[in-house]
Amino acid sequence: MLTLLLILLPIAAGIITLLSGERLAKQVALIGGLASLGLAIFVWQQFDPMAGTQFGFKYAWLAASGISFAAGIDGISLLLVLLTTFLTPLIILSAFKNTYKSTATFYSLILFMESALIGVFTATDAFLFYLFFEAALIPVYFLSAVWGGENRLKVTFKFFIYTIFGSLFMLVALVYLYYQTPGTHSSEITEFYRLQLIPGVQGFIFWAFFIAFAIKMPLFPFHTWQPDTYTESPTPATMLLSGIMLKMGVYGLIRFLLPIVPSGMENWGLMAMILSVIGIIYGSIIAIQQSDMKRLIAYSSFAHVGLMAAGVFSSSLNGLQGALIQMLAHGINVIGLFFIVDIIYSRTKTRYLDQLGGISQTSPHLSVYFMILLLGSVALPLTNGFVGEFLLLSSVFQYDAILGAIAGLTIILGSVYMLRLFQKSMFGPKSKWVEGFQDLTASERAVLLPLIIMVFWIGIYPSTFLKLTEPAVSQLLQLVNN
Amino acid sequence: MYPIVLLSFFGIVTLFLGFSKSKNILLPATLLFLIIALAGNFLEWNKGPLLYFYDMLRVDNVTLAFNGIILLSAFMIFAISGGFQDNPDSEPAEYFGLMLFSLVGALMMVGFQHLIMLFIGVEILSVAMYVLTGSNKRNLRSNEAALKYFLMGAFATGFMLFGITLLYGATGSFKLEQIQGFASNMQVGSESYILYAGLLLLLIGMLFKVSAAPFHFWTPDVYEGAPTIFTTFMSTVVKTAGFAALFRLLSGSFTGVYGFWWIVIAAIAVLTLLVGNIGATSQNSFKRMLAYSGISHAGYLLIALTALSKPSQNAIIFYSLAYSLSTICAFGVLMLVSKEKTIGGQPNEYYDAFNGLAKQNPLLAFVLTVSMLSLAGIPLTAGFWGKFFIFTSAAERGIIWITVIAVLMSTVGIYYYFRVIISSYLKEGDLVKIRVAPFYKVILVLATFLTILFGLAPGIFEGLI
Repeated sequence: MLTLLLILLPIAAGIITLLSGERLAKQVALIGGLASLGLAIFVWQQFDPMAGTQFGFKYAWLAASGISFAAGIDGISLLLVLLTTFLTPLIILSAFKNTYKSTATFYSLILFMESALIGVFTATDAFLFYLFFEAALIPVYFLSAVWGGENRLKVTFKFFIYTIFGSLFMLVALVYLYYQTPGTHSSEITEFYRLQLIPGVQGFIFWAFFIAFAIKMPLFPFHTWQPDTYTESPTPATMLLSGIMLKMGVYGLIRFLLPIVPSGMENWGLMAMILSVIGIIYGSIIAIQQSDMKRLIAYSSFAHVGLMAAGVFSSSLNGLQGALIQMLAHGINVIGLFFIVDIIYSRTKTRYLDQLGGISQTSPHLSVYFMILLLGSVALPLTNGFVGEFLLLSSVFQYDAILGAIAGLTIILGSVYMLRLFQKSMFGPKSKWVEGFQDLTASERAVLLPLIIMVFWIGIYPSTFLKLTEPAVSQLLQLVNN
Repeated sequence: MYPIVLLSFFGIVTLFLGFSKSKNILLPATLLFLIIALAGNFLEWNKGPLLYFYDMLRVDNVTLAFNGIILLSAFMIFAISGGFQDNPDSEPAEYFGLMLFSLVGALMMVGFQHLIMLFIGVEILSVAMYVLTGSNKRNLRSNEAALKYFLMGAFATGFMLFGITLLYGATGSFKLEQIQGFASNMQVGSESYILYAGLLLLLIGMLFKVSAAPFHFWTPDVYEGAPTIFTTFMSTVVKTAGFAALFRLLSGSFTGVYGFWWIVIAAIAVLTLLVGNIGATSQNSFKRMLAYSGISHAGYLLIALTALSKPSQNAIIFYSLAYSLSTICAFGVLMLVSKEKTIGGQPNEYYDAFNGLAKQNPLLAFVLTVSMLSLAGIPLTAGFWGKFFIFTSAAERGIIWITVIAVLMSTVGIYYYFRVIISSYLKEGDLVKIRVAPFYKVILVLATFLTILFGLAPGIFEGLI
């Protein structure tokens, strides 16, 4: 029942926000977001990592066809639900300093998005998963298309068609799997796990899922929608896309691809792994050359997600655990970085590194926060990025030493583009664009402080979260190895 | 059977009502007639298969479900016609009379059990539609459309009749059951070739009516030229009746020769999907795009025919309902918007006409958006489940490749359906607030509500039929 509440609470909050009028909308939305976070923390307290899927509910939806409205929470789901509910209030709060036209609609869309995301992460019925997977697209499409930058129409349209295209392949795969289930058919994910498909079919299903999730994440070569969309979207939408929505793809890989088509993984896993590793290097190299800060972070995110995918494709405990903890860490870091870019942009009206410089002279606080988030992102030990990246790289290395070595370049390349970003914007002579630059305000600190706390928490004591997911991950791997 | 008798009678009454001085009673009267017919229709619900008119008409729950969709669509279309008050040239009594008669034809097509009944139904429906297409008599395009439709339609009818003749020659009967009996135990020989030829010709005639490629060439011109209200009627009622008839024909008589015709229908389905979806992308006129989209939806429904099973029958029913609701909304909004900014006295039916719709008319923009999402098959709308049921029915038969093509084509569909959403929400325009009659609003809201309701709870109909 708690799961249902988790899904419905943001919708209710969104509707109240919509009705509360333009003036109160912000505050109401923030309260709604915090309430969801509170509920998620309560669920976390009640959660028993060893007990499998919990707090489930199931309503017949198409009773005769065995399709039901069913959701529940296991360790993997819980981690992502926590991430979603933790980040959403921060995203809402980060939008406070800007004024958006039709405020109420804007904030309610963020909350609707949250609900769909929680739905994706908790659904235990494959068709329900698909439904939420698609439904999550609509709020963020409108957020980007209505409140975005100049080129928004073209860019968001491409994004929309691209992602729908991918998920339709998944739909075909799901329909096929559904008809393979015995008896009167069922679309429970656990039923899909039991299927024994012949290897040839597994190959097709593998690629159908791969395309759907690879577009969402995105992985090379399906990434061309991503930098433009991230750049053109308003910052809260960019945060939703990069911080949470990208995780839908990785989650899908873990939940569907690995356990349903193990022999497809065996045959094609290497290929997928190579694509992921190409993405890491390719994204990093392009990131180094960017001068638009938002674009730079977009490409860095593209590189990071490549590593997560590579870890998943190694189908080892380290790889999966690393991917999960890295999802958490990446969500936190990337939202912080996008927020800082937004702060800089709102004060200087530029995002170009050539036009910036010397911000640290007037804003010591901003540069300290920026530095911490940035170090988290380049995986310095004791920050959150380190744990995940270490586990991921070790898993890729075990899978294939050469690929591991190439993927390891991410540490070097990552520091290059991140430190370049920091140096060009914060140090050096003060440019005319940064005259009268103000340091952080109280509400900005309120967003950054929780993020910083999490950077250190995960960096210093990751077991809090690793323990949460470990039983679920080993159970999943058992399915894969049988 | 009741609605056929009732509507024939009401049609004549409507014509006589046209003599009265007050034109205002026409609309309420016809709406009342339709409600009575709807009620009469469901009187026979669950009464089991009943045969009427010397076994020429069969009434079972499937018939009644299709009848219900047709009558409901007709009710909505009549309601948004507003009694044709705005055009001084119009002849409301004749229009309503003709539409009621054409409904009789549609219902005959749905329930036929005898090929002559099918032919009569098709003709009653078509002749009324030829006239209504040309009803805007001072408009050149309307006249052209009517002539085109009539010439091509008459040709198709000829094929159909010839097909029926050959089938009679091969099997010695017009009755579906006897043809079925013959086709199931047929030896390969000259008779089987005559049967195949007859079936193909009959299919050509029917596929023409549902605008499947390559018999679709009339559709864009006729849909565009006809007054929008009749276009709506054509694209919902005629299509639903056509597919009901096709399903009845193939499932009632030709399951024994499935191996012969399924590949024909499958090929036509693929061709129709390609023509409809790719044709729609290059249109600048919203109305013409809807015509091509109508072709593409015929393609999806043909996939369900290819599968020809109990699930695919339910899929056709659900899909027809979802499609009709969304189409009525789309055309309903188009009729309102196109009147705002005319080009040379003619309604502006281009995408540009919708620019900035959402600003002053949030309700219309929302209705339009939901209908487009449903036509595009986005989840949480009825259209998604329609497509879903069709795809699953094909997958169950093991025809996966056709599903893959259909899925690819749905992606193309998103491109053109979203253009109008983008126009109305994201482009600047100077549309003023459009005055919408309260009843009109109720119908649009009702159709939108049903679209979302069936999107959230597609199981409502489960097990009913």
